[in-house]
Amino acid sequence: MLLGLIVWVLTVVICYFFLGHYWWFPPPISQHGQAYDVQFNATLWVTGVIFFLAQIALGYVIIKFRDKGGVAKYSHGNNALEAIWTSATALLFIGLVLAGTRIWAAVHFEEAPADALRIEVMSKQFAWAFRYAGPDGKFGRTDLKQINDQGGNPFGIDDKDPAGKDDITSASIKVPAGKPILLILRSRDVIHNFFVRELRLKQDIVPGMEIPFHFQADQIGVYEVPCSELCGLGHHQMRTTLEVMSEANFEKWKQEQAAQK
Amino acid sequence: MSSPIVHAAHEAPKGFIRRYIFSLDHKVIGIQYYFLALFSVFLGMGLSVLMRFHMVYPDAKVSLFEKLWPTGAAGGIMTPELYLSLMTMHGTIMVFFVLTTAPQSGFGNFFLPIQIGAEDMAFPVLNMLSFWTTFLALVVMVAAFFVPGGAPLAGWTAYPPLSAVGPLSGPGEGMGQSLWVISIAIFCGASLMGAINFIATTIDLRARGMSMMRLPLTCWSWFVTAILGLLGFAVLLAAGVLLLLDRTAGTSFFLPAGLVVNDQILNHKGGSPLLWQHLFWFFGHPEVYIAILPGMGLASQLLATFARKPIFGYRAMVYAILGIGFLGFFVWGHHMFMSGMNPYSAMAFSILTMSIGVPSAIKTFNWIGTLWGGRIRLTTAMLFALGFVSLFVSGGISGIFLGQPALDLYFHDTYFVVGHFHMIMGVAAIFGMFAGTFYWFPKMFGRMMNETMGKIHFYLTFLGVYAIFTPMHFLGIAGNPRRYADFTNFEFMNNLMPIHKFMTHAAIFTATVQFIFVINLFWSLKKGAKAPANPWEATTLEWTVPSPPPFDNFAGKHPVVNHGPYEYSVPGAPKDYIMQTDPA
Amino acid sequence: MPGSITTDIIGGRGAPPTTRDFGGDDGDSGGRGASRRASFTGLLVLLAASIMFFAAFTSAFFVRRGMSNDWVDTPLPPVLWFNTGVLVASSIALELARRALRSSRRAAFNRYWTGATVLGVLFLGGQYLAWRQLNAAGIYLATNPSSSFFFLLTCVHAVHLVGGISALGYIEAHGLLLRLGPSKRTAVDVIAYFWHFLDAIWIYLMALFFFWG
Repeated sequence: MLLGLIVWVLTVVICYFFLGHYWWFPPPISQHGQAYDVQFNATLWVTGVIFFLAQIALGYVIIKFRDKGGVAKYSHGNNALEAIWTSATALLFIGLVLAGTRIWAAVHFEEAPADALRIEVMSKQFAWAFRYAGPDGKFGRTDLKQINDQGGNPFGIDDKDPAGKDDITSASIKVPAGKPILLILRSRDVIHNFFVRELRLKQDIVPGMEIPFHFQADQIGVYEVPCSELCGLGHHQMRTTLEVMSEANFEKWKQEQAAQK
Repeated sequence: MSSPIVHAAHEAPKGFIRRYIFSLDHKVIGIQYYFLALFSVFLGMGLSVLMRFHMVYPDAKVSLFEKLWPTGAAGGIMTPELYLSLMTMHGTIMVFFVLTTAPQSGFGNFFLPIQIGAEDMAFPVLNMLSFWTTFLALVVMVAAFFVPGGAPLAGWTAYPPLSAVGPLSGPGEGMGQSLWVISIAIFCGASLMGAINFIATTIDLRARGMSMMRLPLTCWSWFVTAILGLLGFAVLLAAGVLLLLDRTAGTSFFLPAGLVVNDQILNHKGGSPLLWQHLFWFFGHPEVYIAILPGMGLASQLLATFARKPIFGYRAMVYAILGIGFLGFFVWGHHMFMSGMNPYSAMAFSILTMSIGVPSAIKTFNWIGTLWGGRIRLTTAMLFALGFVSLFVSGGISGIFLGQPALDLYFHDTYFVVGHFHMIMGVAAIFGMFAGTFYWFPKMFGRMMNETMGKIHFYLTFLGVYAIFTPMHFLGIAGNPRRYADFTNFEFMNNLMPIHKFMTHAAIFTATVQFIFVINLFWSLKKGAKAPANPWEATTLEWTVPSPPPFDNFAGKHPVVNHGPYEYSVPGAPKDYIMQTDPA
Repeated sequence: MPGSITTDIIGGRGAPPTTRDFGGDDGDSGGRGASRRASFTGLLVLLAASIMFFAAFTSAFFVRRGMSNDWVDTPLPPVLWFNTGVLVASSIALELARRALRSSRRAAFNRYWTGATVLGVLFLGGQYLAWRQLNAAGIYLATNPSSSFFFLLTCVHAVHLVGGISALGYIEAHGLLLRLGPSKRTAVDVIAYFWHFLDAIWIYLMALFFFWG
C-alpha cells in the first residue's frame, strides 16, 4: 500500500519538475534549434503521458489488489488487449522517429549551401583552434612537423605555401549571424566533440577524418562550447566560445585579424 | 586412476577444497559468483561515492586520498586523471563483474538446473573453470590500480586513440590500460564457458514434461542471455585483441595517420577509431540486455508468485524475450549517432531501436496485467520486483529520446545518457538482484532473511535511487556533459551545482543504506529462521526440494512436469497454487 | 544426435542421465543419450562463438582494406599450400580413425589418430616456417595492414589449433592406454568435429587471403 502511494507521489513530483522547466535548455538561436525543441516537446509529451499512466497504473494495482483475503482472478492474459497496446506503442515510437527525420536530414543529409563560410576546426588535448581562409579565400597546406602551439600555429600551416600566409587562426570561433557556416572538423590526437547548446548541435571529431558540419546561427551572443567526448585528463577544461556577431562586426573582426599578420 | 572430469552422481564430494573451493556443484558455483559480484558491487559503489564527492568538492584536501593515491592525489587533492580512472573502473567493474555476473552466473547457475529438473549443469568441470576464470579476470582488473600510472582513464568504453596510444595520452594509459584489456579478454573466455553450459543445459537436460513453453520465465531469460553473451563476447574479444596489438605491437587497426599526441608525431597509418566503436558496441548493446533480461525474467516470476496469478500473456513474454534478444544485435549504432558514421545508417539503427521499445513495453503492460485482479503479498522480494517495474519504466522512457538521432544531437554525452543507463542498469537491474536475493535466499542457504530490515532497506533505497538519478535528466537537458571531473570551467554549469550537491548527498545516503542489506545478508546466514521447502507457496521446481537442496538436487529422483510454471489461483484447485510437478 | 534436438525441444524428454561425465571406465552406456546430446550442443555453441570471433576479424579486415590506400597484399609463402594439405590429411585421418573405432579396430584407430595428431603438429611447424619466411622477406606484424591481419588471423587460428591438439593428445593418451570405452565415444566425435571445424576455418582464411588480401 505504502509503495503504491510512494510511486504516485514520485510520479507527480517528477512530472512537476519536468513541467516547471527549472533546469532547462537555453533558448535556441537558430531555426534548427526551434525545430529541435518542437520535436523534443512532442517526445516529452508522448513519453510523459506514457510515464504518468504506467506509474499511476502500477501504484493503483499495488493499492487496489493487495491481499485482503479472497481469490485472485485466474487469467492467462488477453490477446486483444495485447494486440492493441503493442500496436499503439509501435505506432507512437516509430512515429516519433519519422517525425524527427526531417531534422536529422537537414543537418546530415543536406549539404551546406555553396556560399557557406568555411571554418576549419582543430581540436586537440585540451584546446580548440579555428582557421579562416583570409582575404585570398584559400586555406594553406598544413604540415604536421610545423605544428607549433606556443608560436600560434596549432594547425601546422606550411610556411612554404603562400595561400596560408593570410590564414586567420583563432582560439575561439566567431561567425556572422544569419549566414550559413560550414565547419571542417579535425582532431590531432584523440576523439573530441564540438557542442553548442544553443544551436542544439554536436558532432564527434575523429582523428583521421575531416567531418563537414554546417549550421546557421541567427542570434547575436557568446555561447560556451564544452568538449563532449572524453579526451583525457583535461576534458573538463576544454572550453571555447562561439561568438555570433553582426555581419558588420564580423567583417571588422576579420580585417583586424588580417591586419595583424 | 580417476581423471579430473569424472563426477559420479549420488555421491557428495569430500574435503573442504572439493566442496567449497573447486566445487563442481552448480549451487556452490552460483554462490561463489554471487559473492564475487557482491564484493564487486561494493567496490564499484565505493568508487562512485568518491566520484560524486569529487564532482562537488574538487579542491577538497582529503588525507585518505593521498594515502591511497600518492601520485593521483598528491596533497590530498584528487587530480582529474585520478577521477577519470576511478570513473573508468567504476563502469567496468559494475558492468562486467556485477551486472553480467550476479543475475546470470550467480542466480542462473544455482537455479537453472533445478528449475528444469536436472541434477547439475551439463558440464560441471567447465562450470567450475568458468568461475575461476572470472575470478582471475577480476584480479587482473583490480591489479590495474596498483601498477605505475594506475588504472586507465579512457572510460569503460575505451575508445581509441585515447586508449591505444599508451601513456602519451594520459596517466594510467600504460600498464593500467593493458591490464584492463587483458582482464576483459579473460572475462570473455569465462563468459563463453558459462554460455556453453547454460545453452546446452537448457536444450538438453530438461526433465520429462518440461517443454520449452513450460519453462519458468527466469529460465527463458537465462537462455537468451547466454546466447547474447556467446555471440557478443566473441566480438569483444576480437576487438580487445586488435586494441592490444595497436597498443603493444605497432599495428594500426584503430589508429589513423597524422596523430600528434603530446607533441609527438606518431607513425601509425590508416586505421579507424570508428572500427573499434562498431566492434565494441556490437558487443556493448547485447551486453546491456544481458544485464537486464534476467531481471525481467525474475520480475515476471515474482509478480506471478506474489500476486497469486499466472503471468499475463506467458507466450507474449517469451516472444518479447526472444524479440529483445534478437533485435538487440541490430541496434548498436544508436551508441554512435554522433560518431561520424554514415548518417543514413543512423536512421536505420534508430528505427530498429524504437522497435525494441515494443517488446519492452509489452513486458511492462503484461506485468501490470499480472498484478491486475491479483492478491498481492508485499514481501521484500515482491517490493523489489515492483520497484524494478517502476524503475524500468522510468529508465526505459528516457531511451525514447536517445533513440532518435535528431534529439541525440543535443543529448549525446550529456548527463541525460548517464541518467538513462543508470536507471536501467544501475538501478532496475540491481533491484532484480535484490529481489532474487530475498526470494531465493531461503532456498540457497536454508534460512529466511529478516523481512523488517529488508523492507526498510527497500524503501530507503527506492527513494534514494530516484533522488540520485532523476536529476541527471535535468542536468542533461541543461547540457551538462558527462565524464567531467568537475564543472568549474563553464559558466552555464554554475547554477547546476545545487543539483550535483543534491545528488551527491543522495548517493552517500543511499550507499550507506546498502549496509542494512549486507548486515541482513550475513546475519541471516547464521541466525535467520530455518526455511521450509516452499516458504512462498510457489510453483516452480526449486520449491519442491528441501532448503537447501541436496547435493544432486532431487535426491536421485527424476521429476516429471505436468503443469505450466505459474498456475496460481486455478479455479477448482485445492490450494491457490499448483506446483509444476503436481499430478496432472 | 543433433537431429533429435528439435523434437525434444518442444516435447520434453525422458529422464535425465545418471552420470554426466566425459570419461570413466565403467563402460556404463545406460542413460547416456542426453549427455551425448548435450556434448554436441556444447560443441555447436563453442563453434558459434568461434565463428563470431572470426567474423569480427573478417569485418575489421574488409573495413580496413576499403579505407585507405596503404593495403599491400601479403605474398603467401608456398609452404602454406603444403600446410593446407597437411591439415586436410589430418582431418581425413581422424575420420578413418573414427570409422575404425566404430568397428572396434583399436589398433587401426590408434594408428590413424596418432597420424592425425602428428599431422596437426606438423601443420603448426609449417605455420611457424611460413612466418619465418615472411619475416625474412621483411614482412612483420606491423608492416602494413594486410600483414597485420595475416599474422593475427594465422596466430589466432594456431591458438585454436593448440587447443585442438591438446584434445587430440588427450584421446591419444587414452587410446594408447586402451581406455577408450563406449563412454568416451562422444569425446572422440566431438573432438573430431572440432578439428574439422578448424580445418574449415583454415580453408576459409586461405581463401580470404588468396582473393582479397
